[in-house]
Amino acid sequence: MYLIKEARFLAPDIKLFRIEAPRIARKRKAGQFVIVRVHDEGERIPLTIADSNTDDGTVTIIVQNAGKTTRLLNMMEEGDSVLDIVGPLGDPSHIENFGTCVVIGGGVGTAIAYPTAVEMKTQGNHVIGIVGSRNKELFILEDEMRATTDAFYPMTDDGSYGEKGFVTNKLAEICEKQKVDFVLAIGPIPMMRAVANVTRDLGIKTVVSLNPIMVDGTGMCGGCRVQIGDETKFACVDGPEFDAHLVDFDTLIARNSLYKEKEQKDLAEFQANPLVVLEQVRHQCRLDQVEEAIKARN
Amino acid sequence: MDRLPPKERMKISRSSMPEQDAKDRARNFLEVNLGLPVLAAQHEAQRCLDCADPKCVGACPVGMQINDVVTLVLDGDFIGAAKKIREDNVLPAVTGRVCPQENQCEGACVLGKKMDAVAIGYIERFVADYERETGNVGLPDLKPSTGKKVAIIGSGPAGLSCAGDMAINGHDVTVFEALHEIGGVLVYGIPEFRLPKDIVKNEVENMKNMGIKFETNVVVGKTITIDELMTEEGFDCVFIATGAGLPKFLKIPGEHLGGVYSANEFLTRVNLMKAYDPEKYDQPIYDCRGKNVAVVGGGNTAMDSVRSALRLGAKNAYIIYRRGEDEMPARKEEVHHAKDEGVQFMTLVNPVSFLGDEKGNLKVAHLQRMELGEPDASGRRRPVPKEGSDFEMPLDVAIIAVGTGANPLVQSTTPDLDTTDRGYILADEETLATSKPGVFAGGDIVSGSATVIRAMGAGRKAAKAMHEYLTAQAPV
Ligand SMILES: Cc1cc2nc3c(=O)[nH]c(=O)nc-3n(C[C@H](O)[C@H](O)[C@H](O)COP(=O)(O)OP(=O)(O)OC[C@H]3O[C@@H](n4cnc5c(N)ncnc54)[C@H](O)[C@@H]3O)c2cc1C
Ligand SMILES: Cc1cc2nc3c(=O)[nH]c(=O)nc-3n(C[C@H](O)[C@H](O)[C@H](O)COP(=O)(O)OP(=O)(O)OC[C@H]3O[C@@H](n4cnc5c(N)ncnc54)[C@H](O)[C@@H]3O)c2cc1C
Ligand code: SF4
Ligand code: SF4
Ligand code: FES
Repeated sequence: MYLIKEARFLAPDIKLFRIEAPRIARKRKAGQFVIVRVHDEGERIPLTIADSNTDDGTVTIIVQNAGKTTRLLNMMEEGDSVLDIVGPLGDPSHIENFGTCVVIGGGVGTAIAYPTAVEMKTQGNHVIGIVGSRNKELFILEDEMRATTDAFYPMTDDGSYGEKGFVTNKLAEICEKQKVDFVLAIGPIPMMRAVANVTRDLGIKTVVSLNPIMVDGTGMCGGCRVQIGDETKFACVDGPEFDAHLVDFDTLIARNSLYKEKEQKDLAEFQANPLVVLEQVRHQCRLDQVEEAIKARN
Repeated sequence: MDRLPPKERMKISRSSMPEQDAKDRARNFLEVNLGLPVLAAQHEAQRCLDCADPKCVGACPVGMQINDVVTLVLDGDFIGAAKKIREDNVLPAVTGRVCPQENQCEGACVLGKKMDAVAIGYIERFVADYERETGNVGLPDLKPSTGKKVAIIGSGPAGLSCAGDMAINGHDVTVFEALHEIGGVLVYGIPEFRLPKDIVKNEVENMKNMGIKFETNVVVGKTITIDELMTEEGFDCVFIATGAGLPKFLKIPGEHLGGVYSANEFLTRVNLMKAYDPEKYDQPIYDCRGKNVAVVGGGNTAMDSVRSALRLGAKNAYIIYRRGEDEMPARKEEVHHAKDEGVQFMTLVNPVSFLGDEKGNLKVAHLQRMELGEPDASGRRRPVPKEGSDFEMPLDVAIIAVGTGANPLVQSTTPDLDTTDRGYILADEETLATSKPGVFAGGDIVSGSATVIRAMGAGRKAAKAMHEYLTAQAPV
């Protein structure tokens, strides 16, 4: 079991957790992720490591409500534990001094892009940040992104904050005005595809972080396979970052909707009684703690 | 029970395994084989001729002293028999269920020449189950602590058997496992209906009681490297038993479609994540109810996948295999069980491509008939496509079970570890020592996909060499 040392909402549906996992905290690099299993009947879900602290051995994850598992996790508080966390998985981001980089985050993708933006800056890049969200309420990590970028552009779909429009509008505008050497885009699949379409003709090297459905995260199941050009890659070990211009986004979208029915059913059942489920998970967790303590004493 | 004279013994016919009715079991995940009752087990033991030179023992990859075990069973000393078994085999409840006995111990039994071999697997299973059910485990005695630290990477049968032997020798053993459960293929691959997971759990508890430590959620190569284990964490010796877990695909068009799975993914969802109980567990699996499901392959993995699909409610469950039934590598019992349950066998057939609908889900398989040509490197006749024999069949789920390869995570992060050109770890045949001092390797990661008991045999072999390596070092 892995203790939650801090839990706080960044936006109504987005929560930050610091979880005790010293081995992972020591090794992790920007761009890597963990797989979490909240409780014994739960599924394994991948989440990017947003930050880590080697002093107190914690890793930070930032979780957006999607279906049952993320919502259940987002109800957990400081002092609760998750059953399993494994990592750091995936290849770290490829970081070098490209020159001028545009780092684009959409929604919770900002949390995934943020650690890489920090590294890019450290390597001496001129870093431009563009962050998009549906509205002002959902805007996350603004202070952090502002502090690590040389220029920062907030965008909202409804204009309630920053400029009204999509991140791609801003990107196209920037590319017209200045030379851009590298683009990193992380967010919803349609956003990443749109970014790839903007930079393809301009010949700007562009990397996206893919989010296929995963199970083990170690290359064992092949469920996370994605089409990159004419090659099949396993996103958990060959990625999750890939050349945006080679990604087959249609296949990714289709594969990600494979389990819609079961996901919706589980979510509906969960939402009918979320507190009951949370209590069961906490109860089991306490039982396990007692059992562990007894064993340790014997 | 007194031994009958040889003539009388040879009159007894081989016991048959009581099993769940085929119609019922094809729709549930409960164990198929029910195990022999006491009298039947002793009856079966009577058939053994107690050979002076028991061929069966030599054919068991861990050299289990079968004739001695049989004698103890006849004496009614079942716990003694269990203890005898455990001298060579730490997972008897597992091997009694999943060993391909017809190619190993039973295949060599002298009785087999004239009649049916002694049902060694059934007897072994009986003894192990008796021990577990009565709660009287015949745990071996441990030698005094040596103070040496041993790391085992991977908790499949190779890792577990090495851990057991090293603990008996007094070493401080920690097993590191990437997944959240201990057992390797025994928990993520082989289904509940063939090997109930509680049995594996129970064996792991026994090992914990022997002082062995288990750390789950550690992916060696990612979470920590072998070098870090040996320097920063002070492990004196390492055994790599990471299995052959990399799934192979057919590399044909349409394999990205929804509904196309590797056997590893399908079985992991079903077994490790318990997707067969969707009311209780969250991890989803493609809804097989009323669907056409085909498994490509002819090994144990293929049989496990197809029988799981049937239990998940498939309307039609097919095996598609490019050679003939005689060439199938699966255990004979599994093939029979699959047939009894209603699995349809399409042999000498191979998929050419998969076609999907507008949503990206599998709908049709394009197939080709094969015929057997000249023998290939494996000695089996090579299948060659028959010209103009293409045909299509409606298909919703395809599970690819055509073998696995070596996962590179450990090898690629351990620079001084020599590997074969296919990525398996090179180890000395006798000692299983690798090119890296203090590091040994065995099981499927060295041999390629083999069997549970062969992996356990490798674990023991390595343990012997590792113990010698550690005792040759200056005492702490
Ligand atoms: C490498 C990687 C890094 C990620 N990082 C983050 C992050 O930092 N923060 C964050 O909020 N989300 C992240 N995600 C997405 C997150 O894993 C999913 O939102 C989560 O699995 C949804 O689970 P659920 O039960 O809440 O929703 P469900 O209702 O089960 O599913 C909702 C959707 O999430 C996706 N999904 C479901 N199960 C999985 C799974 N096992 N693996 C991957 N995707 C799945 C599917 O597209 C599905 O349609 C990441 C995904 C990947 C692959
Ligand atoms: C579906 C299926 C059915 C089978 N049926 C039979 C049968 O009926 N009879 C039979 O005799 N054999 C059978 N086999 C074969 C048998 O299971 C294997 O030969 C045997 O399990 C190999 O044992 P192993 O210990 O080498 O590896 P595995 O059992 O594969 O265990 C390896 C373990 O190492 C872990 N691991 C991998 N990489 C890392 C890492 N980097 N860090 C930490 N841990 C890691 C894995 O998660 C896994 O738990 C079957 C195999 C399959 C897949
Ligand atoms: S371990 Fe396997 S091969 Fe050895 S005696 Fe038992 S069933 Fe036979
Ligand atoms: S070979 Fe057969 S008959 Fe002889 S000891 Fe072994 S099991 Fe008994
Ligand atoms: S998640 Fe299983 S191979 Fe990537």
